[in-house]
Order: sequence, then structure tokens, then C-alpha cells
Amino acid sequence: MNLKYFLRKLIQSLITIWIVLTISFILFRAMPGDPVSMFVKSDGMDPQVAKALIKEYGLHLPLHSQYLVYIKEMLLGNFGQSFSFQKPVIEIIAQRLPNTIILALGAQIFSIIFGILLGTIAASNRGKKIDVLLLGSALFIYAIPAFWLGIMLLSYFGVRLSLVPLFGMITPGLNHMSKWEYFKDVSQHLILPAMTFGLAITGRYAMIMRGALLDIFTEDYMITAKAKGFDRKYIIRNHALPNAMLPMVTVIAISLGFVVAGAIQTETVFSWPGIGTLTIKALELRDYPLLQGVFLIISLCVISANFIADIIYMYIDPRIKYE
Amino acid sequence: MSRNRFDVKLRNFRGFLRLFFSNTIGLIGFIMLAFFIIAAFLGPIVYPYDITDVAKGDILAQPSREFPLGTDQLGRDLLGALISGAKISLMVGFMGASISVSIGTIVGLSAGYIGGKVDSILMRLTDGMMVLPVLPLVMVLAALLGTSISNIILVIGLTGWTGTARLVRSQTLSFKERQFIERARCMGANNTYIMIKHILPNVFPVIFANTILVTSSAILRETTLSFLGLGDPLSVSWGQTLNGAFNNGAVSIGAWWYYAPPGVCIILLVLSFTFLGYSFDEILNPKLRER
Repeated sequence: MNLKYFLRKLIQSLITIWIVLTISFILFRAMPGDPVSMFVKSDGMDPQVAKALIKEYGLHLPLHSQYLVYIKEMLLGNFGQSFSFQKPVIEIIAQRLPNTIILALGAQIFSIIFGILLGTIAASNRGKKIDVLLLGSALFIYAIPAFWLGIMLLSYFGVRLSLVPLFGMITPGLNHMSKWEYFKDVSQHLILPAMTFGLAITGRYAMIMRGALLDIFTEDYMITAKAKGFDRKYIIRNHALPNAMLPMVTVIAISLGFVVAGAIQTETVFSWPGIGTLTIKALELRDYPLLQGVFLIISLCVISANFIADIIYMYIDPRIKYE
Repeated sequence: MSRNRFDVKLRNFRGFLRLFFSNTIGLIGFIMLAFFIIAAFLGPIVYPYDITDVAKGDILAQPSREFPLGTDQLGRDLLGALISGAKISLMVGFMGASISVSIGTIVGLSAGYIGGKVDSILMRLTDGMMVLPVLPLVMVLAALLGTSISNIILVIGLTGWTGTARLVRSQTLSFKERQFIERARCMGANNTYIMIKHILPNVFPVIFANTILVTSSAILRETTLSFLGLGDPLSVSWGQTLNGAFNNGAVSIGAWWYYAPPGVCIILLVLSFTFLGYSFDEILNPKLRER
């Protein structure tokens, strides 16, 4: 373990978290408009309760002291009360987050497997028909908005062929007799959203994989391996692939922000009860405490995932220790 | 990237054009983009359309001679909506991209050229912005600022500059140490002058190629925002049409004429930028041409 590298990455992540907190403070408090009316719905609310809320959020204080109160509350995990759900924001998010993680994991597994596979096929057949075909389809998929892809898949597989359920995560009204039945029901609902979401990222991964492999093919050690008389498949599997995994790890981590965007779109199309649909709901109902909480949690997830990826990178790339 | 990346004489504009038009992919992209630009400008003249007009057709009618692409849930013509969407997408794309690229260029140039503390502060900021999930940020911004088309352009512009900043910084770093910069400094040129007169023109080709990519992602972002219900309700963009289709049950009754054409247009427009970007990259990066 390289402590210096670890600490540097940790401090970087903490600074990013601080930036996010500050952006969110500026967005929700310092924007034109009355923050009191954003965080305390005055109409129909008991004036006593409203007063207590104003005090809790520190909304009666000057802006700079508000900032300190805000940072303290956020660090303690107190995101406030949602208007529309009448529950603490953190509880609602904790309920929804696992669903998004299931969806994102399904999509990531799909796209990592296919991305690496297709990227490797394309790179090892560089310039041939199959390479051009794969590259073309990757570019094409890249240009499709994820939500539109979802609509098209839904209208074909869901509406036209009735192969998969049209919306949600479980069949409404169905009483699941066993864990296995529940699992089966969720899987059936998961297939199409995960595929939509996964396809959108597969093109990205395949292109990066192809590029990384093509770079590696020109390295001296590849020529050495060839000169030693190893066959092509062996060289690709044992020399090129492990080295091409390095940029892949970075790309997978960097595209996490993209994963969030994809999740919001996919969840909207398939009414998946996750963080994405929650964000839309918070926006529609102008539920600002909830919106702020969702925004912070999503950012926090992405930042932590990036940090973890950096640490994994340190383990799989020994060169980084001598930096 | 290698240092001799721009040894191709790009000041020779004719040479650039010759290279560009001999590139099939670039030519296809150019023709596609030209088609959309012409449609955006001439379409409304040839085929007038007004969203506030009284609806003339049946509800969700199939394509017919009167309505070549059918009608929506209020009986409004969908071909007109499609044509007016081209203008909005192009406008958001170009204007959003010019804001992003300007911010990115200023940040990248200053970070790369001035270096030291300025560099580390600006780059930490860029890294921080890069990690942030852009779509939720854009959604929150659009919701708080209000969903007019100018706000959407502003929001997309303000959030899309990080890639450009990094690219311009790395290019600036490679030019900073060149002799002609040192020569200019010896002759008493100040930093701003060197940045604008010496470094910017050299970095410009990269900025140009990057602008193409930023434009297409700005277009996609507007589409997504509008689909999610955060678009300008008064401007009929492709995302707005898709939002209408999705929320009015066009998917479940199979009204493909409502939701398929806008998507196809978005894909073709984004692809035209991708093709252009690809061919510029090939022209600007001689190493790629050899590959």
C-alpha cells in the first residue's frame, strides 16, 4: 500500500465533496428567490412548525452562518424533511437507492462483458470487415439517446411482442410466495431496462478497449512475444489483454457519471422505482429538500466510486507506486 | 500526443479543404449536417408550422396525405414539429457549445500557460466538475433557473466545458516550452499577448475539432432534458415531442409516427457531427492517417 498515493486521492475526493456541497448550497440558498419558501412550505403549515424548521435549517441567519449550519447538518447526514413524502429525505433515498444499484449493476455487467469481447474482436481483426462493422455500430449506438433506445425496445419487445413486462420492478398485486419467485419477477422486469442501459455503455467500452489494444499491439514486448514464436491467440490473451485492462478500469470509473445519467433516463422510460424516478418526482413536485438530498447522494456515490477505482488502479498497475 | 502533431500546414486552408473533401466519412457528415441546416432555415418557409395554431387533424392519426407524419394527441401536425425541432437542436448545440468551448479554452489556456498555483486550483476545479454527475446538476439548474430556451442553453454551456479545458491545457503545455514562445517573451511580450497571439492560434485546430464533439453532446443533452420534462414548453424540440409521445401513451398504442422520427433525426444529426469530428481528427493527426 502506497500511503502517499492513497492520501492524495483521499484529499482529492474530500475536496470534490466540498465543491459539491458548496455548489448545492449556492444553488439552493443563494439563488434569486426566497429560500425560506423553498425549504419551508408556508401555506397550510402550522406557523409553529414553520418557525421550528426555519430555525433548524438556520434560514433566519445571515448567509455565511447559514453555510456553516448547512455544512454541519449535511455532514451529519441530516438532509431534512421531504414535503411530498412527509418523511426524512435520507429514509426515502435509502429505500430507493438499492433498486438503482440493481439496475446499474445489471447494465454494467452486460456492457463490460460485451464491451471487452467486441472491442477485442474488433482490434484483433483491425481493418477487416468485422472491425468496420463493429466500429460503425459502436458509433451508431453512441449517437442514440438512451431514453429513445428504451422507448424503441419497449415498444417492440414489450408492446408488440409482449415478451416482457412494460413497467416497474415487480408485478403489482402479485403476492410472491417464495424468494425465488420474487427474484424471477424482478429479473423479468430487469431484462429490458438493463439491456437498454447496458447497450448505451457497451459501445463506449468497446471503442476504448479497441483503442487500448491497438496501442498495445505496437509495443515492443508484443513484437518480442511474436518473435519468441507464441501464437497470436496466446499473445492477445496473455500479453495484450491484461495491459488493456488498465485503461478500461479508468474508463469504467470515469463513465460512472454517465451511468447516473443513463439510470435517470432508463428509469423514467421503464418506471423503475429508483433514484432517477425519484429525482424526476422531486423536480415535478418542487420538493427542494428531497431534490437537494438526491443530488448530494448521487454525487457522493460517484465520488466514492471514483476513489475506489483509483485505489483498485493502484493495485493492478504496479508502475504507479514508483511515481 | 506527439509533439509534431500539427506539423501539417493547416494555415493552408485550401490544403485542409482538399484533405477534408477527399475523406468519404467527413463528406457524408458534411452533407448530413448541411441537410439539417437547410431544413432548419428553409423548412419553416416551405412548410409553415405554429405550435399555438388550432389543431386541424384527428387525434393520434396515422400518416396520411394531409399529415405526412400523422398527428399528436391534440391533432397537431407532427411533420411541422419535426422541422421546427431541427432549428432548436442546432441552435442549442452551437450556442451551448460556444459557451462551453469559450470557458474551457480560457480555463485551459490560463492553467497551462500560467502554471503553478493557478494551474492547480483550476485543475482541481475541473477535476471536481468532471466527477460530478452532469445530468442531475443540469436538471437541478434548469429547474431552479426556469425552463426557457436561453436558460437551457446557458445551463448546458456552463456544465460542458471540462473536457475542453483539459485538452487545451495539455496542448498549451506542449507549446509553452517551444522556442518561438521564448523568443516572444524575450522581445517583451506579456503573458496575455503570448497566450492570445501565439498559443491560441496553435491550439485552435484542436479546439475546433473539440467544438464538434461538444456540439453533439449539447444537442443530446437538450434532447434528454426536454424528454425529462425540463425543456422550454414553448419551443418544439425533438426531445419535447418525445416527451409528449411518452406521456400521452403513444408507446403503448404503437403510434410509431409520433416517437420514431424525432429519434431518427437526433441520431442522424449527432452522427453527422461524429463523422465530421472523426475526419477532422484524421486530418489534424497525421499519425492516424498512416495507421
